[in-house]
Amino acid sequence: MSDTDLDKLPGGFKGMSEDIGSDQTTFKGVNWGKAMMWIFLLSDTFVFSCFLIAYMKVRASVVEPWPYPSEVFALEMMGVPVPLLLIAIMTFVLITSSGTMALAVKYGYEKNRKMCGWFVLLTAIGGLTFVGMQAFEWSKLIFHDGVRPWANPFGAEQFGAFFFMITGFHGTHVSIGVIFLFIFARKVFRGDFDTGKRGYFTTMKSDYVAIEILGLYWHFVDLVWVFIFAFFYLW
Amino acid sequence: MAEAKKEETTTHKIGIYLWIWGLLFVLSFFSYMVDWYNFQGLLRWSLILFFMFLKAGLIMAFFMHLFWERYALVNVLLWPMTAIACFVGLMVAEGKYTVFSRLFYFFVGGA
Repeated sequence: MSDTDLDKLPGGFKGMSEDIGSDQTTFKGVNWGKAMMWIFLLSDTFVFSCFLIAYMKVRASVVEPWPYPSEVFALEMMGVPVPLLLIAIMTFVLITSSGTMALAVKYGYEKNRKMCGWFVLLTAIGGLTFVGMQAFEWSKLIFHDGVRPWANPFGAEQFGAFFFMITGFHGTHVSIGVIFLFIFARKVFRGDFDTGKRGYFTTMKSDYVAIEILGLYWHFVDLVWVFIFAFFYLW
Repeated sequence: MAEAKKEETTTHKIGIYLWIWGLLFVLSFFSYMVDWYNFQGLLRWSLILFFMFLKAGLIMAFFMHLFWERYALVNVLLWPMTAIACFVGLMVAEGKYTVFSRLFYFFVGGA
């Protein structure tokens, strides 16, 4: 389906019912890989929701006091504890990398090989910085404060289990994203998407739409962090 | 002609990305300020949730291009998320009941 045909289709809910009832492709004008990435992200949303809802439910029903995140995650700066300093920096690093990814997608669509490659690389470096800071945060909590999944010195015992589970699962997503960003930066610079070179595991030709699909995943990682930041650190 | 049309639908001016990017920075800064000034109670909650949903909405609508997608895709994504929001509501009620029973039987000693 070409894009000129798309413009002739009705929009809104009428368009939706006609798309679904068309006895053809439902997601018109959407690359199949992009649709599959969206479905995957939706299922990932369920997983993260289950974690966060379980955390919320447990935190709302414990009778001991819950550790106060503003103090647990404070960093000493020149002798003064600054609340959530590291977390704030991590948030800004992740948003920055999300912005560079959006620009990489934009340049990918313009088939601007160099700019697209540099922005993908910049995104990968941002993600790597984030993972590094998270490793620092974890080691401080484990070795310095003695937080364990079954106990911690601050309050309710469940804190450690939820903290390591939720931020660990998110950190795993970031790490996988960083690996793919580096691989795709190499692919972009090598010109795979301009020549339509075939990939390792597929006989299909490479296309810049892969950058948009990778971008969807990366923005999702940022999106999950927005919720973790609000519910785990600010609550 | 067809080529020019295609460009228009898939790529957008750089300004919109920079605007959203800037907005995300400002909103993150505001939500950090909620903690910095130590707001409590209903004010804290409404501000945290307001900034959170605004940020999530901006990322999904513009960075993930949902604003430009057809409704068939948008609705497949947003309705299950609405169901999750209902689940959250149910679990809030359940949590309140659990903490009530714990306080009542552990500390008050039951009826």
